[in-house]
Amino acid sequence: MAKNVLVLADVRRGKLRNVTFEMLGAAHRIADGGEVSIAILGHGVEALAEGLGAHGADRVFVVDAPELEHYTPDAHRKAFMECVRAANPDILLFAHSAVGKDLAPVIATRLGAGQVSDVVDIEGTGDSLTFTRPIYAGKAFTKVQVTEGKVVVTVRPNNLTPAEGDLGKAGQVEKLAVSFGPQDLATVVKEIVQKTTSGVDLTEAKIIVSGGRGVKSAEGFKPLYELAAVLGAAVGASRGACDAGYCDYALQIGQTGKVVTPDLYIACGISGAIQHLAGMSNSKVIVAINKDPEAPIFQVADYGIVGDLFEVVPMMTELLKKELA
Amino acid sequence: MNILVCLKQTFDTEERIVVENGRVKEDGVKFIINPYDEYAVEEALRLKEEHGGEVTVVSVGPSRFEEAIRTALAMGADEGILADDPALFGDEYTVAKVLAAIIRQRPYDIILAGNQAIDDGSGQVAVRLAEELGIPHISTLTKLVVEGNQVTGYRDAEGDVEVVQGTLPVVVTAQQGLNDPRYPTLIGIRKASKKPITRVTAADLGLNPDDIRPRTKVVDTFLPKPKQAGKILQGELQDQVRELIQSLRTVDKVIG
Ligand SMILES: Cc1cc2nc3c(=O)[nH]c(=O)nc-3n(C[C@H](O)[C@H](O)[C@H](O)COP(=O)(O)OP(=O)(O)OC[C@H]3O[C@@H](n4cnc5c(N)ncnc54)[C@H](O)[C@@H]3O)c2cc1C
Ligand SMILES: Cc1cc2nc3c(=O)[nH]c(=O)nc-3n(C[C@H](O)[C@H](O)[C@H](O)COP(=O)(O)OP(=O)(O)OC[C@H]3O[C@@H](n4cnc5c(N)ncnc54)[C@H](O)[C@@H]3O)c2cc1C
Repeated sequence: MAKNVLVLADVRRGKLRNVTFEMLGAAHRIADGGEVSIAILGHGVEALAEGLGAHGADRVFVVDAPELEHYTPDAHRKAFMECVRAANPDILLFAHSAVGKDLAPVIATRLGAGQVSDVVDIEGTGDSLTFTRPIYAGKAFTKVQVTEGKVVVTVRPNNLTPAEGDLGKAGQVEKLAVSFGPQDLATVVKEIVQKTTSGVDLTEAKIIVSGGRGVKSAEGFKPLYELAAVLGAAVGASRGACDAGYCDYALQIGQTGKVVTPDLYIACGISGAIQHLAGMSNSKVIVAINKDPEAPIFQVADYGIVGDLFEVVPMMTELLKKELA
Repeated sequence: MNILVCLKQTFDTEERIVVENGRVKEDGVKFIINPYDEYAVEEALRLKEEHGGEVTVVSVGPSRFEEAIRTALAMGADEGILADDPALFGDEYTVAKVLAAIIRQRPYDIILAGNQAIDDGSGQVAVRLAEELGIPHISTLTKLVVEGNQVTGYRDAEGDVEVVQGTLPVVVTAQQGLNDPRYPTLIGIRKASKKPITRVTAADLGLNPDDIRPRTKVVDTFLPKPKQAGKILQGELQDQVRELIQSLRTVDKVIG
């Protein structure tokens, strides 16, 4: 049966993240003829509303307000619930990102709904949806169904596929006016210490070159950046490297960092602790470079080179420079 | 200050997962306090040391959870509440409602929880709890400051730090980096055996199991497809690198 689907756009630094299009693609598939809507919340985000019909949106709701400049649960709940009223969804999709992860349970509770978190696959359409999600840091998976009521889902970036080509939906933009009272501003963001470096968003990168404590210093990351430049890759890191101060925490991959699923993950001087694997073991192809043949990272690697990363990584860069020239 | 901590007992981080008949086997598994909840316990104890008051640990789960609660008591928490009535078990929707029912029966100023459990890891329960109680929450904190009524949380938002302000009562969730949890001392362990753990049932909480029935069901649990055994490359380093790049380009086709 047809179901209405509402997607929360994942906005970061004034841009729509790819996961937004992945969610729209999934929404189009599972709606089974129902209406697909997308909510864009923020301040100065109106321009993002254009052209979403091609990606599968019938309706585009925009709530643009200074109170939504930074994420706070109460103000975003208020704004999003307005979109829920307007879209009347049966299924609600959020990104499993800093904002989506936090807002989805708020909305699910408001709606008395079940929620399936960190979904990597959706089977079925309309009434019969089965969601796949990792448990135990990715050591196992479960398939989950929602038994009654509305369905709230958070989606792991880089796993569902966006629609191919132009879906030719209306993408009708509707601005919603929302006023915020003191109860909607129970918490406020006083300051943001931006630590994220520029460059490719780790959760969207197709290739990641990642460094661990084995990189030994901030300087030691240089060969990794050089390899990444040749590959058009993003640079990531283990907790070990972040804690040691070799790079900033924004690069951290793992259970407490970002969860990534690139086509290619190159782990340099990373031992492969379970909390790190939680963030990258679903990568399509994993390469490990480590001088310890017993390092657990080799157990998840498709290709392993036992050796000194300071020899291996520059060799890769040189060879690739020649081959890709 | 009345400080509550939501605590879940989980598999030890290093446990191997065995699935039998579509379920994760628990036999012979070593259990620990969910690591993020351990940060929450530690933070609660620091709040108590600074502001005075009581730390109460609240759990929904089978009787084996008692061991984890005892550990928290040995660290310095004052008392535990365990809802071990199977009528109260269910999904995140259910657990949040049960926690809320327990917590509504008592005074509280701040509720600490983990930002996720390392087993089921939905990251829902604490946020849902705040919403059930109708109080604000600030999640994934790497630093917490409470002064009078004022709460400042340093929230980890994908590597950036958001400094968020609110007032008590509030739910906060712990991220790695919040603190270094203390180990229980021998005296602590001895004292813990005398501290109270209250067990509560659906009847005690005035909950009708049908009103809190889960909204989701797990239809299958399985291990990821075993990866083809990885290939440790052999030979001269130069040749290994050449072979690697050749494979990535022509076999896996992940490089242009
Ligand atoms: C609650 C909790 C959450 C956590 N969350 C995360 C998380 O999100 N992400 C994360 O990564 N970790 C996380 N950790 C930490 C994790 O347990 C590990 O401590 C961490 O991943 C180790 O980082 P590492 O592999 O860089 O360092 P190490 O384990 O020290 O490994 C360094 C590796 O480098 C190799 N090496 C050294 N020199 C060279 C060289 N010249 N060439 C090649 N190889 C070399 C060594 O053989 C070794 O294998 C978490 C821990 C806890 C308790
Ligand atoms: C005996 C048992 C029976 C279960 N039966 C079912 C079932 O019938 N159907 C089903 O779908 N699932 C069932 N589960 C799984 C259960 O629903 C989840 O473990 C629970 O909802 C918590 O979700 P989570 O692990 O994703 O926690 P998260 O949302 O990731 O946890 C975040 C934080 O919330 C707090 N928290 C989470 N769970 C608890 C808890 N139990 N007690 C106290 N604080 C907590 C902790 O502070 C934690 O760090 C069962 C679990 C157990 C142990």
